[in-house]
Amino acid sequence: MRAGLRHAWSLAVIPVVSILLALLLGSVLIILSSLATQGSLNLMLPVVAYESLLQGATGLSFIDVKNGAITVNASIDPDQAGRAITSTLAAASPLVLTGLAVAIGFKGGLFNIGGVGQVLVGGFSAAMAGIAVATQPAPVAVTVALLAGVLGGAFYGFIPGALKALTGAHEVVTTIMLNSVAAFVIIGLVNDIFKITGPTFARTADVGNAALPILFGRNGNLGIVITVVLVVVTWVLIYRTPLGFEIRTVGANPDAARYAGMNPRRLIVLTMTLCGMFAGLAGAYEILSLGYYPAVFGSSLGFAGITVALLGRANPFGVLLAALLLGAMRAGAPAMQINAKIPIEIIDVIQGLILLFLAAEQVVRKLIRSRSERVTPSEIETVSRSYGETVV
Amino acid sequence: MDAILQIPVLGFVLQFLAYLVDAIFTTNLPAQTLQLATPIALGALCGVLNERSGVVNIGIEGMMLTAAFVGFMAAMVVHEAMPGAEAGPFGFTPALVVGVLAAIAAGMLVSLLHAWLSISIRADQIISGTVINIIALGLTGYLNRLLKPGGSAGTLDQLRPPTELLDLPIVGWIFKMFFTSGPITTSVIFFVIVLQIMLFRSRWGLRTRAVGEHPRAADTVGIDVIWVRYRNVVLGGVFAGLAGAWLTLEFNASFQNGMTANRGFIALAAVIFGRWTPIGAFGGALFFMVWEALGIAIRSNPPPGDLGVFLSGLQSSYPSMYNNFFGSLPFVLTLIVLAGVVGRSIPPAATGRPYVKEGAS
Repeated sequence: MRAGLRHAWSLAVIPVVSILLALLLGSVLIILSSLATQGSLNLMLPVVAYESLLQGATGLSFIDVKNGAITVNASIDPDQAGRAITSTLAAASPLVLTGLAVAIGFKGGLFNIGGVGQVLVGGFSAAMAGIAVATQPAPVAVTVALLAGVLGGAFYGFIPGALKALTGAHEVVTTIMLNSVAAFVIIGLVNDIFKITGPTFARTADVGNAALPILFGRNGNLGIVITVVLVVVTWVLIYRTPLGFEIRTVGANPDAARYAGMNPRRLIVLTMTLCGMFAGLAGAYEILSLGYYPAVFGSSLGFAGITVALLGRANPFGVLLAALLLGAMRAGAPAMQINAKIPIEIIDVIQGLILLFLAAEQVVRKLIRSRSERVTPSEIETVSRSYGETVV
Repeated sequence: MDAILQIPVLGFVLQFLAYLVDAIFTTNLPAQTLQLATPIALGALCGVLNERSGVVNIGIEGMMLTAAFVGFMAAMVVHEAMPGAEAGPFGFTPALVVGVLAAIAAGMLVSLLHAWLSISIRADQIISGTVINIIALGLTGYLNRLLKPGGSAGTLDQLRPPTELLDLPIVGWIFKMFFTSGPITTSVIFFVIVLQIMLFRSRWGLRTRAVGEHPRAADTVGIDVIWVRYRNVVLGGVFAGLAGAWLTLEFNASFQNGMTANRGFIALAAVIFGRWTPIGAFGGALFFMVWEALGIAIRSNPPPGDLGVFLSGLQSSYPSMYNNFFGSLPFVLTLIVLAGVVGRSIPPAATGRPYVKEGAS
């Protein structure tokens, strides 16, 4: 038990310290921001900001702010806590999915930066299918729409996979290009063909019965349950099946995999398609909980997936924890924006900073004099090594 | 002749080619292309310098965006401090000079972070680039929302060569393409030529390439691999910074969140397209952006005949798709080119691998 705990701590110490450092640096930014919003440095603003964030995400409150005076007063409102935690789960679920879309790629020695495009295509496919089956009974409609999203994402992950396997075009560049292509094409389609008259902004018709059913709370929908199941399924797939073994072998060393009789090209296509399926499902989740596809569907889910995957060490359960953290930040951000008057973009900055400290783990490790394990999945070396090279 | 142009598909193609030739020689399509290709070409120069010395840089996008924001803010602050300042050549007011310099400094600073992460502490280079992109997008968005910049220091002026010169047969065309844009656009040709010569004909160039191809061998003959890589990555930041300055001080007079719109990534593709040479990358940038320029040309000056009727019909029934078609073309072409070219183009051998001195841990 004790050894187990020590092992768990050695796995978690760098991510935890990275998060703390990012929050610390974020608080410096918040203090500086008070110069612009309040005209003077407010050293207590980070406390107010992070407390609002926590309250928005979990319902826990530690302080009261009245006329600028802060008094310590721990309290919890059960109703609010329920709402807040449900929001956190709802925000975390698509992050788990895009995180897995990046993590599975890492395991196979591939860097899927195409989450953005795969989310768009998956979401759009789900919307199209959902509109088509909007009047069918809910179980049928939801299933069809979700599957359409998965297929759309799979298609959009298949393209860079096939390009890499057949021509050697590196997925880092091709997936980024595909992100832009998806955005342009889908915005064009929605504006010119699928727009409905009525709403003040361009959007498609409603998906009707294909909308994700709410199982608990205000927005605790079916997608949350599906996501949790998929985390377990992914873990089994990667660590307990022959296919997972092959994916990991190719990720660790494509040459060795080929000598062992595996077909790296086939596995590259397969892995990227799998990545696309998860990101596509994340898109479907977003659109089917919104109920329609808006022409301006700017989603940062795809990029956040990179932070989630690295923070979770490309392990499905690690991804789940990382996504819960980032989901909590997203759920709590509106409250923080209202209470502390800080632009919501601070969340993106903190996410980026977490990633920065993870990338600079050598320095972080020295800083805390830790001998913990490496954070970055070792398969990532295959990604950089294969950059611009003809693969396998 | 007219009969040929009436043939269903071939006729359209011929009409289009005729329009293209006309556009190239009589309109400002070449100048427009050069202008749009400028940030791509500058970003690609950054990429060439990095990768030639063995460092992958996918953070060009973030470097550009940071530089664009910093340059814009610096110029605005100076502009508000001294609003009536006299403009020098190219419309260089003190504010714009400070802005461009600040943008370059910002580009260098961000690339210093990339250098430190990928050379000194040997972080994964692709992750380092991704970190830069994510932080740049978040931080500029955050500061832009927080500071809500209202004013602007304006933009740099375009060159205006004497009309007699532009009317000359061939010389005029060359002048029109290369010397009717702003100073940053015009400087690109200069940088491309100088870097091309330096990279393949100078001591610095030889060292850079040696470090990128075989760092161990370079180290053996006494070249300081780490220093050469640092110098190249930070020098690359100068060009990414200039690309940022182009965005907010020459082409636009404002800053919008995420305004680089993936130009840094097209630059990366131009590097591969140009096989890691400055001139090739410049050619790649022109090839990728000529289509967007063509889209603008068709909109402002539609081709005559059936083709024109067809295109304007498309534009009025599907305005968004029509515009987005031209917007997405650079990316589609990049994909096609990458798929077709990469197998045969070989990057510097040590690209993406941190260097560890023998005996050091």
